[in-house]
Amino acid sequence: MSSSVSFDPRVLKTPQPVPGAPDNWKRFFSFNTDAKVIGIQYIATALFYLLVGGVLAMIMRGELITPAADLVDPSVYNGLYTMHGTVMLFLFLFPILNGFNNLLIPPMIGAPDMAFPRLNAAAFWLFPVFGVILMASFLVPGGPSGSGWWAYPPQSIQNPLGHFINGQFLWILAVALSGISSIMGAINFVTTIIRMRAPGMGWFRLPIFCWTAMAAQTIQLVGLPVLTAGAVLLLFDLSFGTSFYRPEGGGDPMLYQHFFWFYSHPAVYVMVLPVFGIFSELFPVYARKPLFGYKVVAIASFGITVLSLIVWVHHMFYSGTPQWMRNLFMVTTMLIAVPTGIKVFAWIATLWRGKLRLTTAMLFCLGGLVNFIFAGITGVMLATVPVDIHVGNTYFVVGHFHTVIFSTITFGIYAGIYHWFPKFTGRMTYEGLGKLHFGLTFVGAQLNFIPMHWAGLMGMPRRVASYDPEFAFANVLASLGAFLLGVAMIPFILNIVSSWARGPKAPPNPWQAIGLEWLLPSPPPAENFEDDVPTVISGPYGYGLGKPLVENEAHYVARALEA
Amino acid sequence: MTNLSAASAGPLRPRTLGLVAIALLLDGVASLRMADWSHQWLPLPASAAAPYVDDLFALETGIGTFIFLGCVSVIGWTLLFNRAPKYDMDDGDPIEGNLRLEITWTILPLVIVMLIAWHAIRVSDTLATLGGKVRVTGTAEAMALANSGAESSRSVAAGSFGPIEVIGRQWSWEFVYPNGVRSTELHLPLNLRSSFHLIATDVIHGFFIPAFRLKQDMIPGSVIDYSLIPTRVGRYRLRDSMFSGGYFSSNQTDVVVESEADFQHWLEQAARQPLKPGYNEARRLYEKRLAEGDRGWATVPPAPPPLVHVSTNPAAVHVS
Repeated sequence: MSSSVSFDPRVLKTPQPVPGAPDNWKRFFSFNTDAKVIGIQYIATALFYLLVGGVLAMIMRGELITPAADLVDPSVYNGLYTMHGTVMLFLFLFPILNGFNNLLIPPMIGAPDMAFPRLNAAAFWLFPVFGVILMASFLVPGGPSGSGWWAYPPQSIQNPLGHFINGQFLWILAVALSGISSIMGAINFVTTIIRMRAPGMGWFRLPIFCWTAMAAQTIQLVGLPVLTAGAVLLLFDLSFGTSFYRPEGGGDPMLYQHFFWFYSHPAVYVMVLPVFGIFSELFPVYARKPLFGYKVVAIASFGITVLSLIVWVHHMFYSGTPQWMRNLFMVTTMLIAVPTGIKVFAWIATLWRGKLRLTTAMLFCLGGLVNFIFAGITGVMLATVPVDIHVGNTYFVVGHFHTVIFSTITFGIYAGIYHWFPKFTGRMTYEGLGKLHFGLTFVGAQLNFIPMHWAGLMGMPRRVASYDPEFAFANVLASLGAFLLGVAMIPFILNIVSSWARGPKAPPNPWQAIGLEWLLPSPPPAENFEDDVPTVISGPYGYGLGKPLVENEAHYVARALEA
Repeated sequence: MTNLSAASAGPLRPRTLGLVAIALLLDGVASLRMADWSHQWLPLPASAAAPYVDDLFALETGIGTFIFLGCVSVIGWTLLFNRAPKYDMDDGDPIEGNLRLEITWTILPLVIVMLIAWHAIRVSDTLATLGGKVRVTGTAEAMALANSGAESSRSVAAGSFGPIEVIGRQWSWEFVYPNGVRSTELHLPLNLRSSFHLIATDVIHGFFIPAFRLKQDMIPGSVIDYSLIPTRVGRYRLRDSMFSGGYFSSNQTDVVVESEADFQHWLEQAARQPLKPGYNEARRLYEKRLAEGDRGWATVPPAPPPLVHVSTNPAAVHVS
């Protein structure tokens, strides 16, 4: 605060990030309605929970480095893996992607803010609430929920100690609140994209990130009510003696599996679609080429949305599902290979004959793409009924899932952070630390997740705290990989913290990227373009085409440089 | 793969075509080798289903390797030859799309996955392991239903054995044979179709024998009919594959496949043994936990070990 420049006192009090103003950090701890503040609130809180989930994972891998259950009690292991999954999904991935939505959607479409700023802030502030509820479950008698992030009844409603407030109770509460928060977010994002685009920005001039955000948030709106209802019924069975899922009372545990997977399979697409968006934004920038087949890539996002809602039974192939249903859901699941294939091939074609710049962001994109191709192939294997009957519920699934959720989605998130960090903080990150972060993460991820596929093929069930000695070698490799991933966080944190504190000042468009957000100063003013919203006159990604993106582009470029 | 032909922005030169052909050939050879190798990533095949599953997996490994190497080669090529030199701020070729290419890479994956699906459906029909499912309201009703099935002549065709009741508990396995013998390790006759009634008494369990490549959940409130044909003599692992709480990891036992004569002999011998509590790893661990002051997070206590004629031998060595 000891800046020698004098500021208008009104600037100091404003809750918005004003360029050039002293860093009024208090806004990040207040009920702030600015999407850019909320975006950073989401991302910072989510990254904290990434560390929490990562520590849980490393304790698990410490247990699994030897066959016997010797580090923690098996009941503790069950709690750890349940919380690891729940934290990573509900407290890291969903919130951090909502952070990206908040930061990126308004500037990308030329809107001043979200459609419903207060709803937006309320959705964010639910996040620390259910975060604390979930963390509090470590402290209640009996420990946190130990029934996995699926929480399948009847196991999840056994309640061994009989207390009303127990780990499972808090878990369901947190998940239901997370669902409500996500629905509030989804209403906001969808409305903003439909209603608040800049003049001239038709659907086929919309950046792919917004297309994928739209596709993903549509899934939230359709699917989340089902999960939330399923969770409420579970809460009633657990706490109020109903028997929706208890066979003794005429219920059926299979009903829960349908409720759960109807949302929770599409949930993976809610997480992966925005990352497809990030890939589609970044490959053109760093390959200096237009996105290959832009329109098809855009529409394919909605192909994934539609298909994602009709594949859920592939999680239940071995649950007593009749053969005709297995066949039907195998076919729908395999169809997903088509729109995702279109995207993968389009990205590769975008690289072809480009002028590749291997920045940290680009490296994470390339690594994520290679990992995703691998995960796509194991995904088709898992869709194949007879193969799934063998590898389902084994470590093969754990390996596949982590290759998607970490080696693709989290890679894409890292890429997005390195790419847009200068835009929203006004500071450049350090490339050397970034590349070290990438190298360690890439090697750690392969070492961690590839041996899991092998263990699964050999018949190691997932979620075990101990295992037969024949799986020891694969598990030692996986544990070493996990610890390496822990080490990889050090350069990342160092980079982010030191860059924000004293990194070199970022110009408005450090990557020579095309897009409305790059016509704004870094960081953008509170209301982005304010009253001077540009008129969009061509599609995105016009690299090498020599067409301006907006009318009177030179004016906006100059204005951004002046700020 | 198709994307290699993206090289042809202009007319195809013979040299380019030659390079692509060599690349595809190498890719094909590597894929065949991987498909071959994939059999070694799996346990020994010990049931009639195993060869079908392994071949399907090998087919997918081959196709998957071909696509993966194809894509990664193109990415690698661009990394080697399309990198911008330092300080080169130019843009790449402004290629916006190629309709023919896009149609190709939409249709081709569609055809490939539909062929795989069609093949997989035929394999499932051949295996036909899953029978019917009857809803019940509790364990007592499940047992009664399973027993009535055993007494009547339903479902037991010539050349098959069973039905064997498979009872899953937190955390033990119990097998009841048609002659009333009870055991905690599963004995099966070689090359006969054995049929099962799968019953879970408390929570969902998974009946999973990796060497057989077969798995079926056992669901409280349902009696599920299941059958399979063991094809190799030996001792294999049977694991609970559906997370079932506290001592889930310890809920494993062995499957012993014997010649039909040996199996009949075992059944007769077993019938003469007295009933005694079976070996139970979960119980041992739980008692150890209690002895050490009951630290850890909450778990339901293990169900009492079932009273059986033949118990599992924890020291026995399984093949896979």
